[in-house]
Amino acid sequence: MIEDHPRVGRLQKDAVTESIVLNMGPQHPSMHGVFHMQLELSGETILAARPVIGYLHRGIEKLAEHRTYAQCMVLVDRLDYISQYCNEWAYCRAIERLARIEVPERAEWLRTMYAELVRVTSHLMWFGSVGLDLGGWTPVIYAFIPRERIFDFFEATTGSRLMPNYLRFGGVKEDVDPAEMEALHAYLAKDLIDALDEFDGLVTGNEIFLSRQRGLAPMTVDQAHAWGVTGPMLRACGSTRDLRIDTPYGVYDRLDWESCTDTRGDALARYSVRMREMRESAKMALQCIERMPAGEVRTKVARVLRPPEGEVYVRHESTRGELGFHIVSDGSPKPYRFRVRSPAFMNVSSLPHLCAGAKISEFFAIFGGIDNVMAEIDR
Amino acid sequence: MNARIFLTQLLGALGLIVILGFNVIIMDWWERKLVGHIHRRPGPMHTGWHGILQPFADMLKMLSKEDIVPDRADRLFFWLGPAVAVVPAFMALAVLPLAPGFALADIGNGLFFVFAMQTIMPFGYTLIGWSGHNKWSLVGALRSAAQLISYEIPMLIVALGILLAAGSARLTDIVNAQSTVWYAVKQPIGLLIFFITAVAEMNRSPFDMPEAESELVAGIHTEYAGMKFGLVMMAEYTAMLVGSWMIVLLFLGGWHLWPLPPSPVWLVLKLYLVQSGIIWLRGTYLRLRVDTMMEMSWKYLIPASLANLMLVGVLATTFKGF
Repeated sequence: MIEDHPRVGRLQKDAVTESIVLNMGPQHPSMHGVFHMQLELSGETILAARPVIGYLHRGIEKLAEHRTYAQCMVLVDRLDYISQYCNEWAYCRAIERLARIEVPERAEWLRTMYAELVRVTSHLMWFGSVGLDLGGWTPVIYAFIPRERIFDFFEATTGSRLMPNYLRFGGVKEDVDPAEMEALHAYLAKDLIDALDEFDGLVTGNEIFLSRQRGLAPMTVDQAHAWGVTGPMLRACGSTRDLRIDTPYGVYDRLDWESCTDTRGDALARYSVRMREMRESAKMALQCIERMPAGEVRTKVARVLRPPEGEVYVRHESTRGELGFHIVSDGSPKPYRFRVRSPAFMNVSSLPHLCAGAKISEFFAIFGGIDNVMAEIDR
Repeated sequence: MNARIFLTQLLGALGLIVILGFNVIIMDWWERKLVGHIHRRPGPMHTGWHGILQPFADMLKMLSKEDIVPDRADRLFFWLGPAVAVVPAFMALAVLPLAPGFALADIGNGLFFVFAMQTIMPFGYTLIGWSGHNKWSLVGALRSAAQLISYEIPMLIVALGILLAAGSARLTDIVNAQSTVWYAVKQPIGLLIFFITAVAEMNRSPFDMPEAESELVAGIHTEYAGMKFGLVMMAEYTAMLVGSWMIVLLFLGGWHLWPLPPSPVWLVLKLYLVQSGIIWLRGTYLRLRVDTMMEMSWKYLIPASLANLMLVGVLATTFKGF
C-alpha cells in the first residue's frame, strides 16, 4: 500500500485540501441576466451550489399597489420580458374575473395567437442561449432570424417589439391589419418550419450536443412536484400537466394540438419538449389565423376600473411554466395587494439539486435547460 | 559559419517574423469574415474594403490599452507566460519548409523539432492561467495542461506512422515521398486522428477548453489586457498556423499537387484551406465537455493511433514503396 510508505503518509497528514468557492455571476458572459451562483468546487466538480438572487429587484409588486389597474399593465410587461403577451394575458384574466368583464370572441382568438407566437419567440431565445452556453455562437444568431420576423409582426400592430402593452381589460388594444396577418400566415406555414428544421440539423443531431445533454441532471416527477417545477421542465419528466388543457382558457379547447411531453426527465428531454413546443405553437397560431371570426376586439370598460372588493388567483401556462397572479381588491382603483407566482423562480429552486456532483461545464448545460428570466424571478 | 550564412539566416528569421505578423493579420480578418458569413452576417464592413483594416484597428486598440497587472498576480510569470507560449510557436516555424529545401533550417529531424516546440507551449498556457491569480484562469490552466498532454500522445504516435512510411524525419523528404500519392490517401485514419489532435493542440473549438468563454469567462487569459493579451492571441494564431502546416506537410502532400508541377503556391493554398476548415468547425460545433474530451483521447484516439501505426508497419514491410 502506497499510503503506508512513511513519506507518503507524512505528506498526506500534512496536506490539507480545500474546496474553492467560485462566484459565478452576476457578471459572467453566459449568465442569463444577473443571476449569481455560488459554486463550491473540488477541482471541476461542483460539491454544492447556492443561487443568489435579487440583483434585479425593482419592487414591481409594491409599485403596482400605487398604480391603477390599467397602469399596472406596463409593469406586467416588464416581469418576463421574453414572453410579454403571456404575462399580460394572465393579468387581464385575473382582473376580468375579478371585475366580471366579458371578452369578445375575436379578442380571445387574437390573445391565443399572440400567446402562442410569443411562446415561439421565447423558445427561440432559449434555443439560441443553449447554443451559447454550450460554446457555439451560430445557434443564437440563427435563432434571432425568425424571432426578429415575428417581432416585426408584433411591431406592426402594437408599435413595440418588446414591451407591447397590447392587451386591455375586455379585449385587446387594436385589431390586426389583415395584410400583416396574411404575411405572417405565409411565414409560419413555410419559412418558420424550414428554420426549425435547420436548427434540428445544426444542433439536435449533433453528436457533441447529444453527448452533453443525454442523461444530464435527471429529475423525476416526484422531485419536480416537490421543488415546484412547472412548464416544459415538468412535462419533460413525464407529467402531462399543461394548464392550457387542464384549465382551458382562451380558445385552446377549440384548436387541434397536443401538449408535448417526454418521459426521460434529463436535459435532453427538456430540450426536446421545447423544440417540439415551438412547432405546436406555430401550428396553433396558424389555426388561429385561419379560423378567427370577425367582430369586435374590445368591450367597453370604465376608464378607471374599480373592481368589486375581493380577491382572485389566476393560473396561466406561460412559456416557462405556471404563472400565477394573486390580486386583492379593496374596491379602490388601485390593487390592494399584487402578488406574482413566478414559474422561473420555482424552476430555479431545483438548480442546487440538479447541479450537485456535476462539472463546471455541465452547469451551464443544466442552467440553460431551466430557461429562467431574472426580471421575473427578482420582480 | 561565415558571415554570409549568418546574415542570410538573420534576414530569414526577420522575414519569418514578418510572415507571422502577416499571417495573424490575415487570419484575424478571415476568421471574422468567415464566421460572420457562416452566421449569415457580413462581419466587419466599416474599416476599409470589407473590413480589411479591422486587424490594424484591433492592433491599435490593444497597443493603446492600459497594461494591467493584477495586484496579487505573480509578476514574473505574468510577463513570462505569453512569451513562453509564443516563442516556441515561432521557433517551430523555422524548420517548416515552404518549398523543397526552402526553410530557415531544413534539419534532419525537423519532425521531432516541431513536436518538441509544440510541447513547450502548454507550459506557457499553464503559466498564463496560473500567474493571473484568478480562479477562472486557474481552472483554464489546469484544463489546458491536461488537454495538451493527453492529445500529444496520439498525435506523436500518428506521426510515427508517417516516419515509418517515409523513412526520414526531414520534413522535405516526407513531402517529397508524397509526390504522386499523398499520405492522406495511404493513411486516412492517421489523417483523421492527426487532424483531431491538431485542433485540440491549437485550443480551437470544439476543443477550446482553456478558453471556454461560456464557462470560464475568458479562461486562461481572463486577467490579460492590452498587448499581452495580443501576444496570447498571436500565440494561438501561430499555433494554428504551425498545426495546419504540419497537416499539409505530413498528409496533404505539401507543395505537390500531382499531376501539376510542385509549387509553394499549392502549399499556401492548402494551408489556408485547412485553417478555413478549422474556422468552419468553430462555426458549426458546440464545445465538448472536459471529461468527454479526455475520455476521447485515452479511450479512442490512443488505441486507434496505435492500431494505425501497426497497420502502417505491416503495409510498409509487405509492400515496397508504400
